[in-house]
Amino acid sequence: MAAVQGGLIDTEEEKDIKTEPANDGCGNNNNNNTANDGRLLNASPGSISSGGSNKPATGALEDQQTLLAVLQFLKKNNLSESVEILRREAGLSEDTEDSKGLDSSGAGSGGAAGNVDSESGDANSLLSRVSVSSSAVSASAVQAPSKAGAGEDQPDVNVVLSAYSQQGDPALYDVYYSSLKKFIESVLDCHRAELSQVFYPLFVHMYLELVYNNHENEAKAFFEKFSGDQECYYEDDLRVLSGMTKKEHMRGNETLLDFRTSKFVLRISRDSYQLLKRHLQERQNNQIWNIIQEHLYIDIFDGMPRSKSQIDAMSGSLAGEAKREANKAKVFYGLLKEPEIEVPLDDEDEEAENEEGKPKKKKPKKDSMGSKSKKQDPNAPSQNRIPLPELKDSDKLDKIMYMKEATKRIRLGPDTLPSICFYSFLNAYQGLTAVDVTDDSSLIAGGFADSTVRVWSVTPKKLRKVKSAADLSLIDKESDDVLERIMDEKTASESKILYGHSGPVYGISFSPDRNYLLSSSEDGTVRLWSLQTFTCLVGYKGHNYPVWDTQFSPYGYYFVSGGHDRVARLWATDHYQPLRMFSGHLADITCTRFHPNSNYVATGSSDRTIRLWDVLNGNCVRIFTGHKGPIHALAFSPNGKFLASGATDGRVLLWDIGHGLMIGELKGHTDTIYSLKFSRDGEILASGSMDNTVRLWDAMKAFDDLETDDFTAATGHIHLPENSQELLLGTYMSKSTPVVHLHFTRRNLLLAAGAYNP
Amino acid sequence: MADREERRFAEVPRESVKLMAESAGVELGDDVAALLAEDVCYRLREATQSSSQFMRHAKRRKLTVEDFNRALRWSNVEAICGYGAQDALPFRSVKEGELFFIEDRDINLVELALATNIPKGCAETMVRVNVSYLDGKGNLEPQGTVPSAVQSLSDDLLKYYQQITRAILGEDPHLMKVALLDLQSNSKIAALLPYFVYVISGVKSVSHDLEQLNRLLHMVKSLVQNPYLYLGSYVRSLVSSVMYCILEPLAASINPLNDHWTLRDYAALLLSHIFWTHGDLVSGLYHQILLSLQKVLSDPVRPLCSHYGAVVGLHALGWKAVERVLYPHLPAYWANLQAVLDDYSVSNAQVKADGHKVYGAILVAVERLLKMKALSLSQSAEGGFSSQPGSVVGALGYGVSSPGLSPPPEPLSEAALGIASHLQAGGAGCPWEEWTPVPLPAMYCELYSFFGDSLAVRFSTGPGFGSYPPCTPPQPNDARKDPPGPAANPDTTRKMPQLTANLNISPRQDGSPRTEPPPPSLAATGPGRSLARSSSSSSSVQRSRSSSSRSGQRSAGPSRDVFPKARFTTPQTGPPAFSFLIGGRQMGRRCQGRRPFQTIFAPTPPLSAVLPRTYAHKLPVIGRVGKPVRRWACSHYSLHLPL
Repeated sequence: MAAVQGGLIDTEEEKDIKTEPANDGCGNNNNNNTANDGRLLNASPGSISSGGSNKPATGALEDQQTLLAVLQFLKKNNLSESVEILRREAGLSEDTEDSKGLDSSGAGSGGAAGNVDSESGDANSLLSRVSVSSSAVSASAVQAPSKAGAGEDQPDVNVVLSAYSQQGDPALYDVYYSSLKKFIESVLDCHRAELSQVFYPLFVHMYLELVYNNHENEAKAFFEKFSGDQECYYEDDLRVLSGMTKKEHMRGNETLLDFRTSKFVLRISRDSYQLLKRHLQERQNNQIWNIIQEHLYIDIFDGMPRSKSQIDAMSGSLAGEAKREANKAKVFYGLLKEPEIEVPLDDEDEEAENEEGKPKKKKPKKDSMGSKSKKQDPNAPSQNRIPLPELKDSDKLDKIMYMKEATKRIRLGPDTLPSICFYSFLNAYQGLTAVDVTDDSSLIAGGFADSTVRVWSVTPKKLRKVKSAADLSLIDKESDDVLERIMDEKTASESKILYGHSGPVYGISFSPDRNYLLSSSEDGTVRLWSLQTFTCLVGYKGHNYPVWDTQFSPYGYYFVSGGHDRVARLWATDHYQPLRMFSGHLADITCTRFHPNSNYVATGSSDRTIRLWDVLNGNCVRIFTGHKGPIHALAFSPNGKFLASGATDGRVLLWDIGHGLMIGELKGHTDTIYSLKFSRDGEILASGSMDNTVRLWDAMKAFDDLETDDFTAATGHIHLPENSQELLLGTYMSKSTPVVHLHFTRRNLLLAAGAYNP
Repeated sequence: MADREERRFAEVPRESVKLMAESAGVELGDDVAALLAEDVCYRLREATQSSSQFMRHAKRRKLTVEDFNRALRWSNVEAICGYGAQDALPFRSVKEGELFFIEDRDINLVELALATNIPKGCAETMVRVNVSYLDGKGNLEPQGTVPSAVQSLSDDLLKYYQQITRAILGEDPHLMKVALLDLQSNSKIAALLPYFVYVISGVKSVSHDLEQLNRLLHMVKSLVQNPYLYLGSYVRSLVSSVMYCILEPLAASINPLNDHWTLRDYAALLLSHIFWTHGDLVSGLYHQILLSLQKVLSDPVRPLCSHYGAVVGLHALGWKAVERVLYPHLPAYWANLQAVLDDYSVSNAQVKADGHKVYGAILVAVERLLKMKALSLSQSAEGGFSSQPGSVVGALGYGVSSPGLSPPPEPLSEAALGIASHLQAGGAGCPWEEWTPVPLPAMYCELYSFFGDSLAVRFSTGPGFGSYPPCTPPQPNDARKDPPGPAANPDTTRKMPQLTANLNISPRQDGSPRTEPPPPSLAATGPGRSLARSSSSSSSVQRSRSSSSRSGQRSAGPSRDVFPKARFTTPQTGPPAFSFLIGGRQMGRRCQGRRPFQTIFAPTPPLSAVLPRTYAHKLPVIGRVGKPVRRWACSHYSLHLPL
């Protein structure tokens, strides 16, 4: 149940988002997130803490807690007589108050905050509410005696109390954290790694609470003392945190919002969890327990605790690991059936079928005999799950060309590596930001930081525009070569420049039929260009923030875009508004890719997760965590089963889409990976990076080694073999040219592209 | 804030905030300023963090002003203008006020607008493809297209380039001369340098054409001499082209009629010139050159002409190089050379002729070695400038491990040209012997055991000679020429004639080049004690072209006369007393004639006496001959002997 939140809501909320144009990116997301969180809260924490202590007590205990808190307040204000009176009346003994008072009051406040959270659907209101309540601290402090005495307004009092208790013990944070640390360090090895996961989220939330309560110096001291203990892959977030020492700064800080509004997900085995819980209860360490309840989602599983390496492999994202439920949905990762097209020279090559083909719902003529040879892949979605455009005649011709080429394709392998051609962009002083190559490798396009898009023909065939309307009316439309006649020979040139954007062009994509080009830019628009007239046809406005990436569906017509507003949008070229919005990422969407069967979209994000979205219903069907940096490259394997991702951490991770598992890690690059591509048959994975190298990996081997026993599949616990070196087939250096794009031609020649960077 | 030890971020001190507020006309209290400063820091960090994602998406490593401004814009803050320039901003400080500021010069807009030097736009963005990795073979060197001057090459330059290359490689010698002269002095051809270097690297493809090789070498020379060119790392490429001409068994050398020897000599001369003038551009160049020369020398499979090239090259690099490489290698090499020379079979004739060439080259090199060493010693003894040569040369000398093996005689292209050795036996040095420290005599002894009497060390006139060494370093040419004095003409009466006579088909007109070892009228058999003797060698000159010359003739005394003549002109004035014998008459003439092409052995005015040494060894005198004299008339000197 938990998995689906984002997507479900998106589709419903599409309207809202659109109607709220400015400045809404974050807000909307947060809406969604908190809504989800709210739901989760109702369900999961309940189940988790069902064995816990604080629930059963509720009624009586809370009353007592309130009393104790009021007592403390009175004490603090030197109202000793009132204290005496109250104590007498409530029948509390001195020592219970001292020993239990603080803790229980903390617990109470935690619970209260949780309630607030779950009841309110709005994230922004969370902050505002808390801040309001904090101001209420002073206000209510005056009337505290009377109000507390009444004690009927539970939430308010609790908020007051929480602020109160926190005011009292900023120094105790240190103690709490240290004692937990000591405890975790002393537990059995097998539990230690699992429990250590708690450190980071706890640390962050404690720090934020300190900052929030204006304990600037304590916060700094706390940070100094414990930031060194955190895993190194949280370094970036820690840096952001360390810069934030004032309450005022918390408002509007995105990282902070992420922490406040989304639960950090941990996977912990039942045994370890019990250990932790017992410890916290024994020690009355309610401060920490509250944070765990309030801000952490602990995904408990039965079985062996995971090892440190297993945990490290999966953690690293902004919000912890993905919940197991999030990856349970069925994904139809198989390929669509290819249309039957009569190939003039019929070489049956099985290679052609590996590649994505054009789907054809009903193919009237031609032979329908071939269909039996390729029976429907059980994992494939039904042909018309997503309506796809009909094949045009030119598409069929292209398909035939493709098959012909495919017969000449070189079968790659560890012993037969591809030749590599490097397309260098020279004199690209304006900054090359994106590159794409058509499937038939006849055109190459570059997006530049100076807002231009440039298209080159890499074949001797020059680029020509269609004649103007006046000239077109003159030509003989009946002639056989009318397609040739409509072209204006005078405009023939090797390259064309497309002007229109008003900011750097970050994403670029050719349509499969080579008639269109998409570009996404910092100016918040996605533009569709005609490669017949070399003019802009449509500007798709929807993202109000920079659009980092866009890509056409492998069948054309649809395209996806994602950007700074954390929402990926699915568009159709003939609609000016998006068809779907995929919301759920906690930070910028940095790259978007279509699944070969066009039924799914993968997005990579700065929150260091990858999500797979179902185009049909907008649901998020997979969340992959494990990268330690923003993800900048994604690639589906040609058979649709696997996904490769590359990030700023220089690692390539391989994912099994069907099982929702990480199945491989390829280490070797020393800088951000900006491009990934599988060879046409999927044997080789090529990765291109900012470190000026292209590396080739043995994808077949990486996938073969995969052990997908039921246990692994069920628990999601993976053992990654350390075999990067064996899988690395070659490293190819360029001369100060970061590799921005990779492309395998239909015959498996590898094309790489980048700008020479003197 | 201030007490925080480790600073993670740039921090703006409150004083700065106050100052800025003041400049805006606002008075701030301390606490306000502190708060503001802290907030400013935080906002800065925030903006920097969000700007970094613009950098990442632009696929850059460098954060630009533009990135920062974008981040500001997206957070609804006004962008900061005026810092987008590429060049670094000068950061200045004023001492008195402890002020630091960025210099902000006024720009005269009128001047700017009316300026005539309109900057050209940068070249057009383009895509170029290169096949980098065939069949997935890995590479060690980074590959890729480097847009060097290609795109900025103007039409004028292109035209110039075409004209020049056409002229140099074309038929018209006059045009070539003009072209070379221009190449030598034109100050605007820096952009073309890579192209010329590339053209020159074409030596490998024209190794069959001596003429073309020569022209390319001249091109090298012109480039090297052009004072406006910074050769940079292209030196390496030039050197390798030149080395190719020195060391490779050129296709042209298959035909014995081709005078590839001269080419090698010239290339060696050029090499030393490049090295002396541009050697500092590439570190380790000297060492590399020595190593490759040594490698060739110690490679028995190489043909003799390659060995010859190696010896000549070493010689050209100075006596230190000879001492380091050739000398230790000599014993091993000697045996093989001797084997070649001792083989009298007809089939071996050509090889043997080549062997003589090598022999002669070695002899010259060794003799200069002895002389220079002696000189440096003597000068160092005298003090004064004497230290110069030694130190300069010494600085260059690297230790070179002694080379290995003997070169077996390898059959190779026959020596086309006659061999003329204008080696003379100088009054070997009694005088200098006295000054020599131990190694020198030892060296001499060892060398003497090889060369016997043909080893002669001749000193040119004291002063003249003395002046040479100091100027060697700057002017390699001179270094080259200075072996003049010491030419040892080993000649063995018995072998020489036959050898050379048979071989030579030189078309020289002048009489028999062959100088017989003159009756050793070595007056100056010197005072030397340890030196076995002053050996006078007849300058045996084989004229390759002089087919007419008979062996008999050569052996005849008269031919020698010239030689001593020349030498006599410069009697040694130095402290050591030498007396010279006239070796041969013709020698002098020949030497002059030879001078243009046989640069190494270019006879300087002073010539040593020739002392025919008796034939302690079997080694024949080896003569060397260049091309016919006529061809190398003085008019051509400017081209061919620029150095």
